[in-house]
Amino acid sequence: MSLLAIENLSFSYPGRGAVLTGITASAAGPEVIAIAGPNGAGKSTLLDLLSGQRRPESGTCRIQGRDAHVMGREELCRLVAHVPQMIPGDVPFTVEEVILTGRIPHGRGLYENDDDHAAMELAIKRTRLNDFRGRRFSKLSGGEKQRVLVAAALCQQAPILLLDEPSAHLDPENEAQLWDLFRALRDCGHLILVVTHHLALAAQNADRVWLLNLGQLAADGPPCDAMRPADLERVFHVPFHWHRSAEGRVFLTYGR
Amino acid sequence: MADNLRSRARWVLFASLLAAAVTAAVCPFLGGSGMDYGKLWRQESPDWNIFVTLRMPRTLLALLTGAALSGSGALFQALLRDALATPSSLGVSAAASLGAVTAIAFYPGGETAFPLVWLSALAGAAAVIGLVIALGHLRRFSSFTLLLTGIAVNGICTSLVLLLHSLAGITKSFQITHWLIGGVDAIEYSALALLALVLIPVFIWMLRLSRVLNVISYGETWAAGRGVDFRKVTWQGFAAGALLVGSTTAVTGPIAFVGLLVPHLLRRIVGPDYRLLMPASLFGGGAFLVICDTISRSAFAPLEIPVGVTTALLGGPFFVWLLWSR
Repeated sequence: MSLLAIENLSFSYPGRGAVLTGITASAAGPEVIAIAGPNGAGKSTLLDLLSGQRRPESGTCRIQGRDAHVMGREELCRLVAHVPQMIPGDVPFTVEEVILTGRIPHGRGLYENDDDHAAMELAIKRTRLNDFRGRRFSKLSGGEKQRVLVAAALCQQAPILLLDEPSAHLDPENEAQLWDLFRALRDCGHLILVVTHHLALAAQNADRVWLLNLGQLAADGPPCDAMRPADLERVFHVPFHWHRSAEGRVFLTYGR
Repeated sequence: MADNLRSRARWVLFASLLAAAVTAAVCPFLGGSGMDYGKLWRQESPDWNIFVTLRMPRTLLALLTGAALSGSGALFQALLRDALATPSSLGVSAAASLGAVTAIAFYPGGETAFPLVWLSALAGAAAVIGLVIALGHLRRFSSFTLLLTGIAVNGICTSLVLLLHSLAGITKSFQITHWLIGGVDAIEYSALALLALVLIPVFIWMLRLSRVLNVISYGETWAAGRGVDFRKVTWQGFAAGALLVGSTTAVTGPIAFVGLLVPHLLRRIVGPDYRLLMPASLFGGGAFLVICDTISRSAFAPLEIPVGVTTALLGGPFFVWLLWSR
């Protein structure tokens, strides 16, 4: 049984054409999957469908064999944690308080219990946020805020993490650290789906790439297969090149 | 941290409950033309009668109304994620006033037709809340645009109230003026009990919702990703706010600034966590209005000024300061 199985998933917004058409893909277990594609290809919409925030027009999305859109909202959030691009920057809470929002699907009591605090401590440890725990979220840098949101998703203790352009506003150091974190989380048993425009980093760090174009899955496979220069040029309309460094590392560049 | 939050919550609950209890216990003895405490102790007329039939119900009404206005202010600020959202700024109070004035103008008995005025005020508040929900959810209006819409609703409702006032004839016109001034007058214990029966369950529901209100502060996408049905909670919250504002406005008339001043003042003391802020706003709002009512009947005794004047004179400058420091 796959951890995630998407079958023939289609969606369109009212009054607009189809955003996603017949998406079929799956993930058997822990891995880092980069979802790439041009603007408007349907990447964020796909995450919204997987997290149950939108209902598909047709097709199914099964998580551990069960239809995501039949489950209760809280039950689904115990299996899938969705991290949007950003939340309002002026949220007046501390880092610990933001992280603890991940425990809402585990119980609606007025106060968090010991299990909730144990999950928070683990998430703080994994995301190396110990020095920030008492600081206000609104006072953090973009990279620190992104780590806090990932920590909140970890605190949710869901096996599947969906991240929508988490490195959009990060400098190279923070971006590299975030991808290191994703790989570490994969090693801890999480399935990570990351929407990204940073194809070079996706090529280096992801186990697999889902390439979306015009609402369809144009390619699905390891970076070297799913990101062939000819396919990428057809999708993004700029030339791409794979290179091998003297140390044997493979990397991707693009541009005329 | 859990124990720390629990103990802080207990402390805030105790302190705000104490503030409400002390003001409710002390303020009925203060103000006005003074009371003969000896007669009061011996339960002799007229002081004992004044205390039991006028001062006590008035104090309890102020307590309930202050809690309702302040609590609905805190609730609207959470749901719209905007510090300036209050029953007044959203136009809910003005619409409730229009409903009540319509009932006073068109039905015999007017101001004293309590259930009718009550239902009409509720209908007015519900209509505006319906508009807010529709604009927010169907047209995706931002909280800023909803507050601008509130200004338009306020303008329309005020104009219609003035129109009704002009056409109502002398007797009705006097009743409308008296009601519009807004005040915490003595009320029958039966009406007070009915009001409490409506308000207290809503207060309890709001207290139980406070952890979810924290998550609502992060926006719809984040809340939905934590398993919160954002639209359902928003709809329920606005309905609860309409019930609070409509019910109290029907009895007291419009009283401004309580929903703005009290939650903001307390937010600076207890912080943004609604598990602390909501109980503090409910009990603190009650205490605040009881104190304002005592000032209103004491400042120019034996003359009495409407409590809405006192809250506006305190809340108006605070509102300006809030805009300044935002």
